Amino acid sequence: MDRRILNHPVLGPSAPGKTLTFHFDGKPYTAMQGETVAAALLANGIRRLRVHEESGSPRGLYCNIGHCFECRVTIDDQPGVRACLTLVKEGMKVFSGKVLPAPLKQAKSPDASEKQNSHFIAERAESR
Amino acid sequence: MTDVLIVGAGPAGLSAALASAEQGLSVRVLDEFYRPGGRLLGQLHEEPDGKWWNGLAEAATLCEKAQQAGVDIRCGVSVYNVAQNDGMWQVFTTEGVFEVPALLLATGASETAVPVPGWTLPGVMSIGAAQVMTNVQRVRPGERGVIIGINVLSVAIARELKLAGVHVDRMVLPALSPVTSAAGNPVQVMESLLRVAHLAPSPLLRLGSRLLQTLGLQKAGLHFLPGGGIRMWGIPLHLRTAALEIVGTEQVEGVRIARITPEGIPVPGTEKIVPADFVCIAGGLSPLAELAAVAGCSFAWLPSLGGHVPLHNERMQTTLPGLYVAGNITGIESAKVAIAQGTVAGLSIAADLGRLRDPEPLRQAMEQVRLVREQAAIQFHPEIARGRERLQQMYEQAKAV
Repeated sequence: MDRRILNHPVLGPSAPGKTLTFHFDGKPYTAMQGETVAAALLANGIRRLRVHEESGSPRGLYCNIGHCFECRVTIDDQPGVRACLTLVKEGMKVFSGKVLPAPLKQAKSPDASEKQNSHFIAERAESR
Repeated sequence: MTDVLIVGAGPAGLSAALASAEQGLSVRVLDEFYRPGGRLLGQLHEEPDGKWWNGLAEAATLCEKAQQAGVDIRCGVSVYNVAQNDGMWQVFTTEGVFEVPALLLATGASETAVPVPGWTLPGVMSIGAAQVMTNVQRVRPGERGVIIGINVLSVAIARELKLAGVHVDRMVLPALSPVTSAAGNPVQVMESLLRVAHLAPSPLLRLGSRLLQTLGLQKAGLHFLPGGGIRMWGIPLHLRTAALEIVGTEQVEGVRIARITPEGIPVPGTEKIVPADFVCIAGGLSPLAELAAVAGCSFAWLPSLGGHVPLHNERMQTTLPGLYVAGNITGIESAKVAIAQGTVAGLSIAADLGRLRDPEPLRQAMEQVRLVREQAAIQFHPEIARGRERLQQMYEQAKAV
């Protein structure tokens, strides 16, 4: 599915550009030269750019201008790169963010973590 | 050596760069985005005279003029700290540290996030994100969208989406909460739309506004609003509907909505899910002023200007020597005001560095800001002029201490 807007009633036709090939999570995709990683992936129908590092819930771009960091991905081995600010380059290797281990966190379930947190907050309140 | 460093290559930053460079100063502009223009990029609306304001073209013109005047514009550079050191400003960036006698912060605005259950799902984006994706990147944000938040900005962008062939199913209010307050209250949303009626940027919006006024009589009128809402440019504005939750598993699949009372309270038994593959959240704009805070500027809280703004005077000087501000960091206004403010800042810097050949252009530029403000087609807040006066008073008080 291609979501590109080739013709616009006021802005006119989009400038013809070279096509580039890049990889997302190991699969090849096509981008137009001058497209950001976020735009090229969306044009290819891909919204999920990463998962939350702890909960694993899916995330996509939010602000599209670099403010929110929701679109952070790993590009050519560099983690934490904003897909909305980075132009696609030929052969670029993009990887979505993964769930990370939380070795310092003992709680296994969200329920337990909530209890742990409220316990912590209560302790802090008492110590004041 | 660089005389002036400007953070932000938007309308304010670029016009300031041009003005300074024309006075013979060496100017460098940094911007985090991959291309210059700031939020001019993507702006597209009809002026009262029927001509199109095309931000992409405006940005290209400004950029070309600045570069011809010798300005060095560097994109893809993030600024993460600024500090005063021995009469100079140190600017810490991802491309190293710069040291300059004059620093202008033209960082613009950021969109206010409105938390709605389900808003972290892929497919939910800010209204500005959809604008940039559509008009700058030329990629449709989706096939069927719902916009949460009805305000001047979101109505203008909804029209831009429609122009590009992007289907906006409807615009609704965010559910009433301590965070959304006025934006979730139909009466207050209608009042804010009515206030811009006479200034509306196009005949169609004026028509829509007149419709609002006819239906209006404020609260009374809201009771009689048709279930399908009113239409502006063919886009249904549901002033009596709130989004309760964005639903979906891997990405957006729809929005759970409900009818609401004129006060914004959901009516029991009216809930339903409307299908959508993208959702835009429109919470309005606020000045992006972190760097001014890090620098140690004094601030004022002025809701008419969009929130916390660094204290500054009409010459765009802050309370700190060598530090200037221009554009939306000084308060939320149109790009035209930002351009006019940028020119003032650029000339003001030249004056303070002893390089302004003739004081007359600075005086004229300050007059131009007032003029553009008065004539602004899009006003984000009815009390802007009063907010500006208050700010000037506060600046003078702070400097007198």
